[in-house]
Order: sequence, then structure tokens, then C-alpha cells
Amino acid sequence: MMRMQPHSEFRGAPVPASALPIAIELSEASVTFGRGARAVPALSTTTLRIVDGEFVALVGPSGCGKSTILRLVSGLVQPTSGVVIVGGREVAARAMRVGMAFQNPTMLPWMSIERNIMLPLKIVEPFRSQFRKLRKTEFRDKANALLEQVGLKGFGNRYPWQLSGGMLQRANLCRALIHEPRMLLLDEPFGALDQFTREELWSILQDLWIAHRPTVLLVTHDLREAAFLGSRICVMSARPGRILDDSRVDFPRPRTVAMTFEPEFVALNQKLRAFIVDARGAATKGAA
Amino acid sequence: MPDLDYRQKAWSAGLIVLFFVAWEWFCVMTGMSDLVLPRPSQVFVTLFEKFPILWPHILQTLATTMIGFVLGVGLGVVLGAIIGVSKTAYDTAYPLLVGFSSIPKVAVVPIFVLWFGSGTVPAVLTALSICFFPIVVNIATGLATTEPELEDVLKALGASKLDILWNVGLPRTMPFFFASLKVAISYAFVGAVLSETVASNRGIGNVMMTASSNFNVPLVFAGLFVLAGLGVALYVIFSLIEGRITGWATRKNDMIAT
Repeated sequence: MMRMQPHSEFRGAPVPASALPIAIELSEASVTFGRGARAVPALSTTTLRIVDGEFVALVGPSGCGKSTILRLVSGLVQPTSGVVIVGGREVAARAMRVGMAFQNPTMLPWMSIERNIMLPLKIVEPFRSQFRKLRKTEFRDKANALLEQVGLKGFGNRYPWQLSGGMLQRANLCRALIHEPRMLLLDEPFGALDQFTREELWSILQDLWIAHRPTVLLVTHDLREAAFLGSRICVMSARPGRILDDSRVDFPRPRTVAMTFEPEFVALNQKLRAFIVDARGAATKGAA
Repeated sequence: MPDLDYRQKAWSAGLIVLFFVAWEWFCVMTGMSDLVLPRPSQVFVTLFEKFPILWPHILQTLATTMIGFVLGVGLGVVLGAIIGVSKTAYDTAYPLLVGFSSIPKVAVVPIFVLWFGSGTVPAVLTALSICFFPIVVNIATGLATTEPELEDVLKALGASKLDILWNVGLPRTMPFFFASLKVAISYAFVGAVLSETVASNRGIGNVMMTASSNFNVPLVFAGLFVLAGLGVALYVIFSLIEGRITGWATRKNDMIAT
């Protein structure tokens, strides 16, 4: 039922990027909030191409416009100038039906976890029109299959207040994936979790990505997280943001937490760190 | 937990009994006249004897209260929904609403009487006008506090404003709504009795008014007891409904009891 794609390219030679269709394209896109004297530039002219099925991590100093890129792609914000093309269509006033997850899991307290996860199916077609018909059990099975994949088997009937923060965030990932979106937009989803829970969830997210192969855009402050999960990492400058560096991460998958202590991984981390320290320094003029 | 609950209830009942005993004792000790403060035992006897006469008035008061309450809730929900969905509407309409709700409703009764004559209609309207405000405020607050992240998640899925209102806004508002129903039913009751007292020939308010002009003080107090009993009953009914429907909002306290 889930969109399964062959993922033979993992360990073998990387498929040339140009061979795959482009999922997300920002051309000279910029965003300014407000008008006139009170205008705040959030994102300066940015060009970014993301191929279908890619896992891109966006890192950068606080307030650099990472979240703005997510909101552009999801259609929640319109570019002030430039063009945003998602799935071959220009992002107009209509939403793109992407899966989204934020740091706050925002599960509705009056619904069981299962019903929380099924919420997008009440909104997105073609599920929406089928919801009241016979397919409700089918949808419930679908929700429970996802819950099993994130290690929450049997928790579907629990209520949000009965789950820990890490469990809620897993459920949040399930809710973002239930309607089989081609794109998953994650805004610091693990920011509020402790180190061990976070590392556990990295592996879960990686497994989900391998199983469903959506295009993922992950905004994070955690450089290890970016390097662990990303096939590609984009480093952004301080506000108004632009992309300073864009590099591929070629560690084989599935990656393990142990790998994050290997020299190449640490070297990548240090390289990313240096970029961000520079970006912060440029913004605060020697305050760092 | 149930142990503590029963003890609490026993204390409450004890306090009520103590109150009446103290009252009875005070009247007997001071030789208080019936015309000033009748003994509770006298009041209960009067209540029992006059009950057949009181009954139609009780029904009248309950009817005006309920009609006013239902209309007030309807109006409150509609206004609250309009105000809660839009920040601009909230900011624009709030001063007017506060102004309207600050008017003591006794002052409005004569106007209603002027328009509709004395009797049932002004009682219903007074009940309505006094009880709709808490509903408006609570519905509007409930709707306005929807988490922005969740709204973004749903909007990114292509959800319309109505989808969000139906799936998230309204259910989230339920605890606020039922909490305000409890308050509103008491208010409606007060409003109805108030109007009956000033301008009506039916209802408990009117009975008390007539009794006091005849110096039938025990009957006045019997009316008071009826009012207290009805008020408590209505409050309890809506508390029970609230607990049934919005248990999720208060369940956080006894976590992981399953």
C-alpha cells in the first residue's frame, strides 16, 4: 500500500543526480516579511535543486531562514521574488499536500494516537472521500503498520498524554507519512528530545526513508544529525539566509550511530561547524 | 482516590446540615419572629404544604430559564465562532461586547417589559442576555488557542479553514464550551427569576414577591430554597455532561492509570 520504490542505489554507485526528476526547485527565490520601512528580509535570493527521493539537511545559525525554505516548499509562504517549483508545478496559493512535522508533536489530546495519525486522511484526497465509506478499517491498518515501523506497535489506542516525548515524536512522523506524501518537510523534529532518544529516532527516520523514499527536507541545528541523516547537506548563512555550501554525504546506508564517531564523519562535522561559526561571526562581527 | 472523594462529600453534607442546625438554634435561642427570619424547619414545612401551589411556578421558571438559555447558547456559539476565527473580528467586537455585558441586567428588564409587556417574554430575554456572554468569550478563546504548528501541518495538506475548524478548532473548544455552559445556566436562571420578580404574574420570582407583600415570610424563604435547589440541580446536570464529553481535558492529572 505504501509507495515502495526500488532502492538498489544505496550501496552501489550513486545514481547521477540529473537522471532523476527534480522534486523541489527554488530559482532566485527570496522572501521578505512586511513592507516598506518595517520589511524584514528572511531569505535572500536562493537557488536550490532537490532531486526526487533525496534526503537534504539544512543547517545554519538561528533565524537564518531555514524554516522559511520549508514554508516556501509547503506553500505556506509565497516567494517575494523568484519561483518555487515543487513536483513539477509552481507553488501557487494552493498547498502542496506535503507531510510536515515540527518540534512540537501537536497530537490532539482528545483522540487516540491511531486517530491522530489518521487525521491527514480526513483532509487529503483521494482518502478524504473514502474516509466515511468502507475503507476506515483499511486506514486503521495503515496507521498501525506505520506505528509498527516506528516501534510503537500496540500504542494506537493510547492517548497522547500516555506517551513520552520521544514516542509522541515517532507518532508525529507517522502522521506526516500516512497520506503517502512525495515530500516530507521536517522542522527540527528532534530538537526537544534527549541525546539518546534523538539518536534512536535518527535510525527510525532513516528506516522510514529507506522504506518509503519520500524527498526529505530536514531543518536542524544538530550537525551530527544532519551528517547522519542527510544525503546532502546545505549550510546557510545568517539572516537574511542564503546557501553557503552544498555538499553530498556519501556514507553508506543504513548508517549507524557508531559510524558517527569515525574519523571521516567527525571531519565532516568539523567542516560544517567551521562554516556555521564563520556565518555567525559574519553576522555578529566578532562577538563569537 | 474514591476514599478521599467520599470523605469530601461527607464533609460537604455535614456542613450543609450544620448550617441549618445553627440557623434553627439561633432562631430558637433569640426568639426570632417569623416575620423576620423563620426557622428552617418552618420553611421546609411551608415548602411541603404549599408545594402543589408552587409547582406550576417552578415549571414556569424552569421553562423561561431553559428557553432563554438555549437561545443564549445558540447566539453565543455563533458570535463566539465568528469572533474566535478572525483576530480582527475579535479585536473589533470585544469592546462592544464587554460594554454590553457590563450593563446590570436589572436595568434592562423595564425596557423588555416596555417592548413586550410583562410575563414570559421579558424573562426569557433577560435570561438570554445575561447568559450569552460567557459562552461567547469561551468559544472565542477556545478557537483562538489552536496551536499554530498544527494549523501549518493541516494547511500544508490543503486543509481549508472549515476543515481546521471542524477537526481541530471545535473539539478543542469543547472543554471551554461546557465550562461556560455551567456558568451560563446559573446566569440564565438568575436572569429569569430577576425578570419574574420585577414584572410577571407567574414564576418563583413572582411567588416570592407576592408572599413578601403579604408578609408570608416562610413562603418567601420556601421560594428561596426552591431557587437554591433548582440552581444546584442545573449546575450538577451540566457538570455531569461536561465530565462525560470533555474528560480528556481533565484526565492529565491521573496519568497512566490504565
